[in-house]
Amino acid sequence: MKVTLNVNGEKHDVEAEPETSLLEVLRNDLGLTGTKYGCGESQCGACTVLVDGESMHSCVFPLEDAVGKPIFTIESLAKAGKLDPLQQAFIDEGAMQCGYCVSGMIMAARALLNKNPHPTHDEIIGRMNGNICRCGAYPRMVAAIKRVAEATK
Amino acid sequence: MTSRRQLLKTLGGGILVLVVGPASLGTELRNQRGRAQATLQKLSAWVHIAESGVVTVFTGKVEVGQNARTSITQAAAEELRVAPSVVRVVMGDTDLVPFDMGTFGSLTTPRMIPQIRRAAAAARERLIDIGAAKSGQARSSLHAHDGKVIGPGFSASYASLAAGDMFALDIPADLELTPAQNWKVLGTSLPKVSASAIVTGTHQYTSDLRRPNMVYAKVLRPPTMAAKLKTVDTSKAAALPGVKVVRDGDFVAVTAASVRLAVKALELIEADWTEVEQSQHSELFKLLRGAEPLPTTATGPKLLAGTYTCEYIAHVPLEPRAALAEWDGKRMTIHTGTQRPFAVRDDVAAAVGLATGAVRVIVPDTGSGYGGKHTGEAAIEAARIAHAVGVPVKLVWTRQEELGWAYFRPAGVSEITSGVDDRGKVVGWTHDNYNSGPASVESPYAIDTKRSQFHPANSPLRQGSYRSLAACFNTFARETHMDELAALAGVDPLAFRIQNLDNARLRAVLEAAAAKLNWTQKVASAGRGFGIACGTDKGSYVATAVELTVAEGNVRLVRIVVAYDCGAILNPDLLKNQVVGGVIMGIGGALYETIDFANGKVLTDRLAKYRVPRHHDIPVIDCVLLDRKDLPSAGAGETPIIGIAPAIGNAIFNATGKRLRSMPLKLS
Repeated sequence: MKVTLNVNGEKHDVEAEPETSLLEVLRNDLGLTGTKYGCGESQCGACTVLVDGESMHSCVFPLEDAVGKPIFTIESLAKAGKLDPLQQAFIDEGAMQCGYCVSGMIMAARALLNKNPHPTHDEIIGRMNGNICRCGAYPRMVAAIKRVAEATK
Repeated sequence: MTSRRQLLKTLGGGILVLVVGPASLGTELRNQRGRAQATLQKLSAWVHIAESGVVTVFTGKVEVGQNARTSITQAAAEELRVAPSVVRVVMGDTDLVPFDMGTFGSLTTPRMIPQIRRAAAAARERLIDIGAAKSGQARSSLHAHDGKVIGPGFSASYASLAAGDMFALDIPADLELTPAQNWKVLGTSLPKVSASAIVTGTHQYTSDLRRPNMVYAKVLRPPTMAAKLKTVDTSKAAALPGVKVVRDGDFVAVTAASVRLAVKALELIEADWTEVEQSQHSELFKLLRGAEPLPTTATGPKLLAGTYTCEYIAHVPLEPRAALAEWDGKRMTIHTGTQRPFAVRDDVAAAVGLATGAVRVIVPDTGSGYGGKHTGEAAIEAARIAHAVGVPVKLVWTRQEELGWAYFRPAGVSEITSGVDDRGKVVGWTHDNYNSGPASVESPYAIDTKRSQFHPANSPLRQGSYRSLAACFNTFARETHMDELAALAGVDPLAFRIQNLDNARLRAVLEAAAAKLNWTQKVASAGRGFGIACGTDKGSYVATAVELTVAEGNVRLVRIVVAYDCGAILNPDLLKNQVVGGVIMGIGGALYETIDFANGKVLTDRLAKYRVPRHHDIPVIDCVLLDRKDLPSAGAGETPIIGIAPAIGNAIFNATGKRLRSMPLKLS
């Protein structure tokens, strides 16, 4: 099927079967490789993107369901060389080691803060729990999210 | 292999400092201004100062999240007296960097960092020599500072001093490195140098690389391990548009213009396999232990014997094995995430039938390894396919392949016997480990009669390295047993350890962890317990203390304190990140992770079936670093993991009275 996707505010024509994962289309058809493959079974969150404002695991999100909805990936966050506050906070807290999970972590956190700018600790843990960091930078990631939340109080 | 001439041409002018491994080679290079005499293969690192002033360090180490790129940057900046921002580090490119065995064993810090510091310091001294010659001033009146050689009425940038013909020099024998007490860049918390590329998603991991005309590959896997291909029909797959089938004996792969098409082609292959009978998970520990009786057991007034077990676990690097292979008819260039680029180069050459000089392996900063990427499975497969199809081939293993077809941390059995006297002194000790490995099987406690032995076994599953490998389980067995002995002797577990230790560094981390947790004030109550453990591996010392609760068989971690000593600290903040990260990874092996298998098949081949630590598992973690500026720096990527499992197990005993002797720790 031929469809038009709205990714990071731009229109992209894509030809693929309706059930193709959004992740594969983003990475391989559109070249947006900031979004990562980690498991293909919605378990690790490395592929997290925003679809219609909601954080979604794009590895199991079918292409046909993405049509007509605004999609945002990690590539959309920094604007004119200025980092999103979450990206800056991840740097400032040193919230990464190998970094492979970081795009997904930041997108999941972005979705959380967009809806709930001042989440409690438990709300952060609850919403971030679908994202795995094997290097164990979890406490710093939570600190980074809290830092951004604090700054907007 | 790049020739010296090619390397010099690539680098342009400037100063090149070569670091020779064995001391005997030093004379070959001495005073050889104008040319490097030693063969590049014999060198262990080099540092180049370009006419632009940019400093480039070349090393065979790779970056897998342990922050070697940052600490190497600091090492060069420190000794060259330049800002870290002018330092570039070329890592893991077999055409450009000196041979290196690989990034493992926590060796980057104790072995590579000093070599790079020596090279940088030699370059600095050489620049001062040139400054003295140019200015006509006494050498002793000049010093290096912020990329310049400075003296009374004289200041010249390295760029201006390094201009002209390339020359190479060796390391003077009497070269002095900057003592840790005087460090300005090392010892500080320089942020990870690649952080902004990571948070913006622009860092290109192997799996992100793309090339014109690139195809995606999938490899046919057998239904069970060691199965042999009987017959295969690939005609339906080959009929798909643009799909190519590659077959070489039992190796069958497909390529296509998209992953989805490659997956479809793979599904259309009809294969028949001859499978072989294999051992079962239920008989694992019996199999590893064997029937051989123990050589001796401990003696003493009060005797104790315990058997401990550890399951196979997987590394689960979040970036699975991946490779991009490009064959131009003469040379094979492979980007892949591996901890041993030179070994993978050799393996690829052998698999494809090329000379090693015809293979180049490049390791982009990789989505972690933890000892799980010592091999080059994806690189070898991608190279075989690229050699056959003649266009760039990308192969990214699925999570299912990564869990099912990579290697595991060894399962193991440990048997410990001990004796303790009336004063609470351990007087006899034996530790026999089966299959895990020899690391940390020796007890660090002061015991008069000790015997420790590692017994290799036939592993039913493919096994290999892992963060602190055997030290993890051997420490679990020993520290659990020490806790049991403390209970038998009626002594507090911390006091019992300290009264049996004469190792000052181990004692110091134990006391630091206990003080931070306020150990002596902590009293177990119903369902709430405290545990402590300590250990040493690869020249570092760790103590871990845990507070947890147990309710209805569920363990809830409340607080972890980890105290760590790895000598002089290179980067306190990144060290903390490693130490805490190691502890968090260790929670998985302590409480959740088990590879289940049957009939030659891994059953836990999805993350839904293989539980790793997540956000909600992580308690408050305090990290206490003991900075020993008087001691050489040791690596820190591994040892912090070894204390967490026994500390949790001992806390569970403290909370419930139930002694658990198996990893992972299960109450029911």
